[in-house]
Amino acid sequence: MKETKISVKDLNLYYGEKQALRNITLDIPEKRVTAFIGPSGCGKSTFLRVLNRMNDLIDHVKIEGEVFIDGVNIYDKSLDVVNLRKNVGMVFQKSNLFPKTIYENIVYGPKINGIRDKKLLDEIVEKTLNQAAIWNEAKDRLNENALSLSGGQQQRLCIARALAVEPEIILMDEPASALDPLSTAKIEELIHDLKKQYTIVIVTHNMQQAARVSDQTAFFYLGELIEFDRTTKIFTNPSMKQTEDYVTGRFG
Amino acid sequence: MELKKRKKDFSGFISLGIVRLMFFFLAFILILLLGKIFIEGIGVISLEFLIDEPRNNMTEGGIGPAIFGTVAVTLFMVLFAVPLGVFSAIYLNEYAKDTFFTRIIRTSINNLAGVPSIVFGLFGLGFFILFVGKNLDEVFETGLLFGQPALLWASATLAVLVLPIVIVSTLEALNSVPKSHRDASYGLGATKWQTIKNVVVPQARPGILTGTILAISRGAGETAPILFLGAAFFLPNLPIADLCIGDYCIPMINPTEQFMYLAYHIFIMATQSSNPTETLPLQYGSTLVLIVLTFLLNITAIIFRYRFRKSLGRL
Repeated sequence: MKETKISVKDLNLYYGEKQALRNITLDIPEKRVTAFIGPSGCGKSTFLRVLNRMNDLIDHVKIEGEVFIDGVNIYDKSLDVVNLRKNVGMVFQKSNLFPKTIYENIVYGPKINGIRDKKLLDEIVEKTLNQAAIWNEAKDRLNENALSLSGGQQQRLCIARALAVEPEIILMDEPASALDPLSTAKIEELIHDLKKQYTIVIVTHNMQQAARVSDQTAFFYLGELIEFDRTTKIFTNPSMKQTEDYVTGRFG
Repeated sequence: MELKKRKKDFSGFISLGIVRLMFFFLAFILILLLGKIFIEGIGVISLEFLIDEPRNNMTEGGIGPAIFGTVAVTLFMVLFAVPLGVFSAIYLNEYAKDTFFTRIIRTSINNLAGVPSIVFGLFGLGFFILFVGKNLDEVFETGLLFGQPALLWASATLAVLVLPIVIVSTLEALNSVPKSHRDASYGLGATKWQTIKNVVVPQARPGILTGTILAISRGAGETAPILFLGAAFFLPNLPIADLCIGDYCIPMINPTEQFMYLAYHIFIMATQSSNPTETLPLQYGSTLVLIVLTFLLNITAIIFRYRFRKSLGRL
C-alpha cells in the first residue's frame, strides 16, 4: 500500500437538519485511483465535495470531523480555502467550460494565480493539453470558442484546465456519465495515465468503470461508508452483504 | 385499434385569429404613428435645422442646442446609472444574503420603476439641487455654482429614474450565469471576487447592455423630471466651457450650465409658443430627430452587445 494522501476521521455532514454523511472514516492512498460507488443520493458526491470544501459554497451545510491532506486538517479555521482548491482540482459531471477560447480556458487558473508571462502560459497550455491527450485535436484551434468542441473533447479540456493549476489531487464527479462509450474509453485511459502523477478520486455510477479504472473502491449507502477495500476484492469477494447486492445488481 | 379522424379545432382557430388580429392592429398603429411623423417631419430636416438654434419665436431656425443637450444629458445619465446599477446588482445578487431587509430592497427597486416621473423631478430638485448642490457651494465656497438647476443634476435625476431598469436587467443577467461555471472557477482556486470579475460579469454583459439600451430610450424621452432641473426654454449657447490644464485648453461639456432638451423643446413648441400652428412642422421635425437620435444611441449599445454575444459564442 502506498502512503496515505487523504485521511478522513469521523466525518458527519448535515444539510440543515438532514444528515447526509454519517461517521465516515477512510484513508485514500497517494497516486492511486479511488472510486466511490453507491446508489443515487447515497452521499458519494457530497463526500467528494468535502475533500476540496466545495460544500462551503452551499448555505446551511454543517460539517463535523476531520479531513487531513498530507497531515494538515483542511477544516482548520486558519486554512486558506482558495489555496486548498488549487491543490485539489475538480472535474465535474457535465463539462463546465467557460464560454471563452480553448486557450483562455486553460490559462484561467494559472492567470488568477498570478502567472502573466505569455511564454510560460503557452507552455502550460501545450503541456496540459498533452497530458489530457487533446493536444492534437486542439492545437490548431486554440483561439476558437471552447464550446465548439465535442462533448468528449470538452470533458478532456476540463481535465486539462484542472491540471493547469498543478494540483496534487484530482476529484472527478462522474466525469464520463454524459459521454458516449468511445469518449468514455478515452477518459478512462487518461485517468490511467494520470495516476502516475496524481492522486485521483472518482465518483461513478458505472460499476464496470469503477472496476476498470480504480485501485480501490468505497461503497456508500444512505450516507454511510459500508465497505472500502481493493477494487478486485469489492467486485469479486465483498465482505458485506449490501456491497455484494449492489455490485451484482440486486438493488440500486 | 380504431383510429379517429381529425376533428376541426375551432377554439384553436378562433384564438389564433384573435392573436393575429391583435398583432396586426398593433403593427398598424405603430406604422401609422411612425409614418405620420416621418412624412410630416422629413420636410423640415436639413443640415441647418440640425445645427442652428431656434429663431423668431421658435417658428424658424433649428434645434441644434436641443440635440446637443439631449445627447449630453443622456451620456452623463448613462455614466451615473450604469456603474451604480451594475454594482448594486452585483452586491444584491452575489453578496447580500436573502433576508427580510434585502427582500424589501428588491421589492422597492421594482416599485421605483412605477413611480411617476414628475416625482423624480421634485426629488431631484429637493435632493440634488437644494441639498447636495447648496451644501457643495457652502463647503467649497463656490458662490452659486452647484446649487442651481444644471445639466449635472438633470442627468443625476434621470439616472435615478432609470436605475431600476439597469438593476433589474443586470440582476436577471447575473442570475442566468450557470452555477456550474462558478463552480468551475472556485474549483480552480479563484476567490469570489475573481469569479465574479472573470466569469460572471463577462457573461452578464449582454444583459447589462440590454438594460443600458432600455435606460437610454427611457431617459432621452423624459420631459417631466427635468422641468425644474435646468431644461431651458430657449438657450442658444451650448453648455460648453474650456477645460484648461496649464495653457492647453479643450472645449468640454460644462455640467453646471443649463441646457435645451429635445423632448422638452417639443413640449414648449406645442404648448408655450405664441403660435403653435406655425411651429407644427418644426414639432414634427424635432420628434423625428428625437426618435432617430434615440435609435442611434441604442444602435451603439446594440453593436456592443452583438460583439459581447459573439465573443461568448452565443450567435
